[in-house]
Amino acid sequence: MQTAVRRILAMIPTLLGVIVSIFVITRVLPGDPARTLAGENAADSVVEKLRVQMGLDQSIWQQFFDYFTGLFRGDLGFAWHTGRPVAEDFAARFPATVELALMALFIGIIIGIPLGILGATQRGRVADHATRIISLLGASMPLFWLGLLVISIFYGTLGWEPAPVGRIDDAINPPTHITGLYLLDSLLTGDTIAFKSAFSHLIWPAMVLSVGALAIISRMTRSAMLEVLGQDYIRTAQAKGMSQTRVIGAHALKNASPSIVTVVGLELGQLLGGAVITETIFNWPGIGGYVVESIEATDYAPVQAMTLVAAVIFLFVNLIVDLSQGILDPKVRNA
Amino acid sequence: MPKTSTVAIHTQALRAKPEHKAVSAFSLLLRNPSAMVGAAVILFWTLGGIATLLWSPYPPNMTGAGPLLQPPSLEHLFGTDNFGRDIFSRVLAGARVSLWTGLLAVALSLVIGVPIGAIAGYFRGSVGMVLMRLMDMLLAFPSLLLAMTLAVALGPGLSSAMIAVGIVGIPEFARIMYGQTVSLREKDYVEASHAIGLKDGAILFRHILPNGIVPIIVRCALGMGYAILTAAALSFIGLGAQPPLAEWGVMISDGRGYIISGEWWMTFFPGFAIATSILGFNLFGDGLRDVLDPRLRTSAR
Repeated sequence: MQTAVRRILAMIPTLLGVIVSIFVITRVLPGDPARTLAGENAADSVVEKLRVQMGLDQSIWQQFFDYFTGLFRGDLGFAWHTGRPVAEDFAARFPATVELALMALFIGIIIGIPLGILGATQRGRVADHATRIISLLGASMPLFWLGLLVISIFYGTLGWEPAPVGRIDDAINPPTHITGLYLLDSLLTGDTIAFKSAFSHLIWPAMVLSVGALAIISRMTRSAMLEVLGQDYIRTAQAKGMSQTRVIGAHALKNASPSIVTVVGLELGQLLGGAVITETIFNWPGIGGYVVESIEATDYAPVQAMTLVAAVIFLFVNLIVDLSQGILDPKVRNA
Repeated sequence: MPKTSTVAIHTQALRAKPEHKAVSAFSLLLRNPSAMVGAAVILFWTLGGIATLLWSPYPPNMTGAGPLLQPPSLEHLFGTDNFGRDIFSRVLAGARVSLWTGLLAVALSLVIGVPIGAIAGYFRGSVGMVLMRLMDMLLAFPSLLLAMTLAVALGPGLSSAMIAVGIVGIPEFARIMYGQTVSLREKDYVEASHAIGLKDGAILFRHILPNGIVPIIVRCALGMGYAILTAAALSFIGLGAQPPLAEWGVMISDGRGYIISGEWWMTFFPGFAIATSILGFNLFGDGLRDVLDPRLRTSAR
């Protein structure tokens, strides 16, 4: 309990720093937000009016104070191209992004961990080289290219994938809103038609998005497993005739899990970044696609807001990961 | 505990060692298949990019170099795009843009990140703590999103993308150099340098930097791949290079609308160029790491 409180307190300066750096990037770096918004050819008087409207004529400290207090009221700025506050736009699109990111993480875990175990137990053999090549390719693959390839092959040529638009077929009613995650909601309400449609829409972008996480999770699992497999207690377990599956499942994987959980937590942040690209390509109605739409409309408040939100989510997820280390690893618990 | 009597031998050994080590490391590198495949790919794109300065099948921005949207043929190896531009010429010209962008971005991360890490690690205390806290904070941002925010603030364009990618890479270099410095400053030869009255700056430059350089070099190679990827992603969403510049991310963005109608070559070839060049740098970086310092086999980001 004490450690938990200490960790939470230790996070506060970083959190403040994150807020300050977003502010510094948007207001202090060269570049005039009012000019950017108005367009390069806008008259100076228009820009000046906009500057006053945006509060840019105030002192930098006043601006920071307004920004900071605004954040606590849930004010993430105003999206000119939709005519609504960014926070409202985000709230409407958030579940779609969460669903996509969680599914991608899930795929990365259920494929990445077995691949890593395979690599570690078959070290130096064909299977190990194969998993190494898979993770190398995964780490080198540009998401936007992979996504377009998947669409052109699986939708364009083979027709296995539904049209890459939205989260569910237009003709099918979305499931009753419980969590906002279509897959989960349709399961909870037993709506198999919606579940099938939602799944077939979700699985393709999620697979594309998962590639980077999959590569890193498998690499990390492999190296954590190799370290554990070299320990004496593994040899003891093997010597007393324990089956290989049990040695790996009951001893090795359990002891490798703190490192694996850590890397999974770190990957969630990268997934939110990757969601920007994946959502754009698959026309997924989440925050990422919305942010790129905003960029195309030279409306930049949503970009800054998403960066801030993603960093805050990242910090909280890693706080949870940190705290979970105590449960997974008794050495940490007693330290 | 340091044995004072061995300090002289230590420094002597260290002075004699690097030359020998460099020769053997180079020959090891030549025998490392992954490094060599990586180097070949990097060399291919570098030469291809440089060649376009002198010669290219068609000028990369010439519209109507052939009929519109032609599939790959002998005349147009990678086909033509919606303006009839030759995609092969554009992909080659794009190599120059991407490699140059990556190189400058990594140089920026290096030039700022390494001193930050070295100073924080060497002086520690409150300065070091503040610097490294700042770096941790930057690492809390998903890298692509931070690059997007920076590129937006600097105004969309290729040079903004380059600077943005460079800034995003700083904490990684700082962290590596910090780790190196913290462990190296406890070494006997650093203590000896203090004892003979060497200034801090000299110790940092002459002793700590050269001895801690290996993981930095490895990071440069891996960082190139990452920088090329991020810069292309920024261009793809409209924050980096702007059309009609022949840049890989821009070309993919141009070809996006032709995916379903079947003109796959517009996106396939520039994407293939991005993927192979990143793969080249990752392979080369992994190979370098194996050769230079086998102890450092941690996962690359």
